Amino acid sequence: MAGTVADPRLIGSRAAPKKHLRLSWSDPLFRAIVWQVVIVGIVVAIAWYLIGNTNRNLASRHIATGFAFLNRVAGIPIGESMISYNPSADTYGRALIIGILNTLQVAVIGIVLATILGTLIGIGRLSNNFLLAKLTAFYVETLRDIPLLLQLFFWYAILQTLPPPKAALHIGQVVFLTNRGLRFEVLIWHPADTWVLVAFIIGIFGVIAWHRTARRRQEATGRRPRTWPMALASLIAFPAVVGFAMGAPLDLEAPELHGFNFQGGGSVSPEFFALLLGLVVYTAAYIAEIVRSGIQAVPLGQWEAAGALGLRRSTVMRQVVLPQALRVIVPPMTSQYLNLTKNSSLAIAIGFQDVVSIANTTMNQTGQAIEGIAYIMAVYLTISLSISLFMNWYNARIALVER
Amino acid sequence: MSQSAAIADARYTAARERPPAGVTGPWAWARRNLFGSWLSTAVTLLLGYLILRILISFVSWAFLNAIWTVPYNAQGVADTGACQLAKGVGACWAIVTDKYRLILFGRYPYQEQWRPAICVALFIMLYVVSAMRSFWRKELALIWIATLVVIGVLMWGGVFGLQMVTEDFWGGLPLTLILATFGLAFGFPLGVLVALGRRSTSMPAVKVICVIYVELIRGVPLIAVLFMASVMFPLFMPEGVNIDKLLRAQIAVILFSGAYLAEVVRGGLQALPKGQAEAADALGLSYWKKTGFIILPQALRLVIPPLVNTFIGFFKDTSLVLIVGLFDLLAMGKVALTDPPWQSFSTEVYLMLAVIYIAFCLAMSKYSRGLERELSRAHRR
Repeated sequence: MAGTVADPRLIGSRAAPKKHLRLSWSDPLFRAIVWQVVIVGIVVAIAWYLIGNTNRNLASRHIATGFAFLNRVAGIPIGESMISYNPSADTYGRALIIGILNTLQVAVIGIVLATILGTLIGIGRLSNNFLLAKLTAFYVETLRDIPLLLQLFFWYAILQTLPPPKAALHIGQVVFLTNRGLRFEVLIWHPADTWVLVAFIIGIFGVIAWHRTARRRQEATGRRPRTWPMALASLIAFPAVVGFAMGAPLDLEAPELHGFNFQGGGSVSPEFFALLLGLVVYTAAYIAEIVRSGIQAVPLGQWEAAGALGLRRSTVMRQVVLPQALRVIVPPMTSQYLNLTKNSSLAIAIGFQDVVSIANTTMNQTGQAIEGIAYIMAVYLTISLSISLFMNWYNARIALVER
Repeated sequence: MSQSAAIADARYTAARERPPAGVTGPWAWARRNLFGSWLSTAVTLLLGYLILRILISFVSWAFLNAIWTVPYNAQGVADTGACQLAKGVGACWAIVTDKYRLILFGRYPYQEQWRPAICVALFIMLYVVSAMRSFWRKELALIWIATLVVIGVLMWGGVFGLQMVTEDFWGGLPLTLILATFGLAFGFPLGVLVALGRRSTSMPAVKVICVIYVELIRGVPLIAVLFMASVMFPLFMPEGVNIDKLLRAQIAVILFSGAYLAEVVRGGLQALPKGQAEAADALGLSYWKKTGFIILPQALRLVIPPLVNTFIGFFKDTSLVLIVGLFDLLAMGKVALTDPPWQSFSTEVYLMLAVIYIAFCLAMSKYSRGLERELSRAHRR
């Protein structure tokens, strides 16, 4: 019957069809190749046309391409930089490096602060307290709907209406808030302070080691020794004793009013402060939503089961819920960190000199538009890629390990 | 023994009939949600105090002590003395009543400002119509094209006896809406094509081009793309050809939104079960029929909420064009603040702008949430 005698045509078709290119429109492979040749050809033709135009335009404007301008003296006044800079002597190359440092500075501080604020607000939205939940919800809903640039202008305008240094808002004699920015007391660094820092770092390692011992002992005996006295001793007492023994003086340099402005102490410019404030407040609204949805993604049963085991609420949060919530949180958090870094380019609108701002000034002064854009793109692509790689590594580390 | 059991039973039934006091009612609600624990009580008291104080001072600043109009002198210059006096105590809404036409419509000729006003109304109508599910048909594309053409005619003029107004004079809310809407109208098809290209298995060269485009654009801030458009496009063009500022920014916004929308659409394409494409292949549908009739309708439906979120993002991001010298809503707010008598009343202007932006974004996000609920209900069935 038909069931027993196999159709020879069916057997033949079961073998993988041999792929050989036929020069016919009905062959998918041939079609794919033709289409790709056409599309790539169009893209290359457009690029060729644009590059040709660009070369002609550059020639007619007598702009030499290349990065030779990096060694010329920049003459761009830069308000704040982490490395020394003298506009009348230093080069464009150095100015552009300062741009990168400024961007990284605002991005790193912004990411840390936005994560803290966002996490607090996200947890606040889940609070049983009606007022707290509604207030944080209001924060998130409002701040997400206002363009960041508008928020930056708003904060900058507010900072400029602060009183002048003579009538500064201050907390004791430690922090001064004026229309010239933030001034605060700093520690004068003595060589002996370095040893205190070293002692503190040793203390951190000590705490980690003690934590491990405590866990091993807990696993062996079921009883966890107290960790906080040890932590207190190694993080505070030990560095204090070292400082005392080395005779490290605790000298603070307070800002002092000289004429129209403060001298001494640490300072934060209003531009940096407004940018940081805007970025943190704006990004925290997004991070709060991510944290909230991450925590809500953990089933209620996990809370209940951990509670049934007799774990404390804080332990449940730390050991049961957060590790699971993190898996949901990390990927969207990565894109928020990237957004914050990219949004820091809005600095140009309020006069903080970051990558884009310094590159823009350089382009205006030298006419090296292509190099300037290439520099901006290279910097941001590198930063984006680094953050993605790091967060992917972290994500892989906390990912669910399955069989 | 049995007696006590009976009493207990009676108590039990009685207790079941009526909820015990302190489980329902406003007082119980407050105890549960405001004073649940010591910590909660402390938080409630502290927040309640802060909210009340802020609310009272805001109301007295924004309404009770606010100044709504100021006198003008013979030269038509506003006398803001009263506002200066009330600074910090009352808001000076007079700047808004004085400048709202400048902020909303930019430097468009004053007599002709009814035209951008109609355009804004048309844009909003377009959004509302697009949001209604009964309009989700092919005709919607026609409605879009027709409305955009009418808006173009109204803004430029030069025909039907309308005075010609070049792009240099456009500004304010219409400009913001133009940038956002055209960015979307062109960026969306671009994004769909790029997403399809990126998912393509048979055309590796096309896939590489799409990946490079998406990653390059998504890796840099919008400002970098805008700068590229404003300083490099003039170099790209043959000599003598000059694209104006608005078009340059518009192209940048389209390129930018295309890359982001492509990633959203790709998410929908990936979420669609493979069986759909295989079934379409088995029916012998061509690539475009398969994509147009089977894949895209389902994939796009899956990603409507993230799409709307992306739209909200773009709407806010259009404010960045002020950095390349276009006069959108935010930029006009800044311009209004350069007028000497009004210089120090930025808070009022920024609040007004924030309200406009919030109104648009909130409408979109509320709509998105409602839609999500509706679609997930259909999914759960």
